[in-house]
Amino acid sequence: MDEADEVLLPELDGPEPKPLLPRALGWLSLALGVGALAAPGRLAQLTGVDDSPLAPTVIPAVGARELVHAAGLIRGRRPAGWAWTRVAGDAMDLTLLGRAWGDRCGERRRRVALTTAVVGGIAVADLLAAVGAARSRRARERVIRMEIGVTVNRTPADAYRFWRDVENLPRFMSHLESVRAEDLRRSHWIARGPASRRIEWDAEIVDDRPNRSIAWRSLPGTRVPNAGRVRFVPAPGDRGTEVRVQLRYAPPAGALGRVVAKLFGEEPEQQVRDDLRRFKQVLETGEVVRSEGSPDGISVRQQVIQRPAQPLPPARR
Amino acid sequence: MKATAWMGTDSVKVINVPDPTIMNARDAIVRITSTAICGSDLHLYHGYIPDMRKGDILGHEFMGEVVEVGPQVRNLKPGDRVVVPFPIACGRCNSCQRGLYSVCENSNPNAGIAEKIMGHSPAGIFGYSHLLGGYAGGQAEYARVPFADVGPIKVPDDVPDDQAVMLADVFPTAFMGAEMCDIKPGDVIAVWGAGPVGLLAAASARMLGAERVIVIDRYPYRLRLAREHAGAETINYEDSDVLDTLNAMTAGRGPDACIDAVGLEGHHGNAAMYAYDRAKQAVRLETERPFALRQAILACRSGGVVSVIGAYGGFVDKFPMGAFMNRSLIMRTGQCHVQRYTRPLLDRIQRGDIDPSFIISHRLPLKDAPKGYKIFQKKQDDCTKVVLKV
Repeated sequence: MDEADEVLLPELDGPEPKPLLPRALGWLSLALGVGALAAPGRLAQLTGVDDSPLAPTVIPAVGARELVHAAGLIRGRRPAGWAWTRVAGDAMDLTLLGRAWGDRCGERRRRVALTTAVVGGIAVADLLAAVGAARSRRARERVIRMEIGVTVNRTPADAYRFWRDVENLPRFMSHLESVRAEDLRRSHWIARGPASRRIEWDAEIVDDRPNRSIAWRSLPGTRVPNAGRVRFVPAPGDRGTEVRVQLRYAPPAGALGRVVAKLFGEEPEQQVRDDLRRFKQVLETGEVVRSEGSPDGISVRQQVIQRPAQPLPPARR
Repeated sequence: MKATAWMGTDSVKVINVPDPTIMNARDAIVRITSTAICGSDLHLYHGYIPDMRKGDILGHEFMGEVVEVGPQVRNLKPGDRVVVPFPIACGRCNSCQRGLYSVCENSNPNAGIAEKIMGHSPAGIFGYSHLLGGYAGGQAEYARVPFADVGPIKVPDDVPDDQAVMLADVFPTAFMGAEMCDIKPGDVIAVWGAGPVGLLAAASARMLGAERVIVIDRYPYRLRLAREHAGAETINYEDSDVLDTLNAMTAGRGPDACIDAVGLEGHHGNAAMYAYDRAKQAVRLETERPFALRQAILACRSGGVVSVIGAYGGFVDKFPMGAFMNRSLIMRTGQCHVQRYTRPLLDRIQRGDIDPSFIISHRLPLKDAPKGYKIFQKKQDDCTKVVLKV
């Protein structure tokens, strides 16, 4: 591995990003927890519950709980889980406050109401943080990463040259309908989806080392962020070139996500493996090899629904 | 055109299908004149090779006249008389360039399934399951031949079809089986199976200088062919114990090399032994009946070669690994790299070293292919080899 490894999409491939809101709520928990433990009396007065015999016990307990939230959220690991503990804490606080409000009148009742409003607001923020963190975790889990290699009996220069002309890619990547080079770096990609749905995106080459490697990624704004890198390494023993591909893509949730999933089949790795096999066929033999049972050449889906091994009827030629 | 199609276990039919067309630039279309039924076609017929589909055109031993070539085929032209090797090989991958044509890395479009079963994919083969490519076979009036610039060779007019069609598979396979024995002066070679490949392997072993060749089978008419055409001694395993007899014949050494020309549908002299593997095969606990292979390993001289050219498809039980390991045996095997042998063996035929057509017992018209399968399967009418004339 060399420094070119750094150029893949950090948002797809990097360490888990730390979302801001859960972290901010962690600091709020720390402030509240320290306040409640250091000055429980002052806090009881502020919130209008200083008349309660239970307040000197309950308020430090709530403070201790806040410190637990703080520890979890500020550390930043599993923010979704910790944000949900805050939501649970909010529910508990709101229940206590509800009971306190019913027992009081005048200035104390006004303070309890104000506190309830503030805690309610924080609860909404907690809920947003928890839902958001969970969603971003699921999105990261959906990112598909793979690293697959094939050995091609051609020089690294031949393999590089063929791949670098991005308009060649649909000749061996079965899900692509076309790739149009806009200039030396940018290109427009169209993928074929099921039921004639198409997915289009723009991509750019972000790192280009002639005869060694090419890295590309989709431009911001695409609905299916993706990135890839291919390296061309001389195979030992004068056996041509090891073509090693790394791919990342982040299928969205929902209907589009399902289209993307279908596009890549049940086994996205197998599909990329097949793509590389076709790449090898095109480079070594000149074209994709076809048989009567697999008239479109290698494809996982086609292997499952083979036609009989007999010549194609005129309509399918 | 008319073509022989696999319709299910123990069922083939001659049906009408569209004529083949050029699908790749290196294809040729051949009008078939002679096409043979191979012992391994019987494995398909019996349903032991996985991933056959109803309607698949069978046949991987064929020859004929080129009628059309793709734009990238420059060595052949319409009118050329050619014989076509059964493995489909691109000639450009690493395996092909090392002469390992039957493990061509590019010719199996269904390599994905083959990899799951075999680890890596071998080459595509004409009419030999979807696991090995889903290619239409040559027991038909026409066939499409991929990589026609690599596989087919032109056949001179003075070599008749009956001799030339043997170059598609059985003669090169048999010859490779003998060659893998690394025969030295004085060597005794034992051959299990006196089918077309076993007979030609025995003859090839003699050609390559074996001192003695011993052929093992149970059909007297086949053993007679081995004695008359391959200069072999014979053992009928239904009459005598094979291991004892081989030891006696070699004064306790065992044969220097053993050729398994039987493959996955072996028979055993002992009914109970046969029933054991047959039953496991029937319920798919094992896919093969490897009697010949087990016996060849036990028979072989310590340090000798076991050369496996009989076809196997899946998994073997009770492989005598202890004997194999402790006695320093060597196993060599493979689907034949036919492209490596066609020219040298054509030369041998033209020089008169051998006439491989001695194995042919039946010549039938293409429309009688179902009958050909039946008599070959049942060994009726002293059948050794059926050639279909188109």
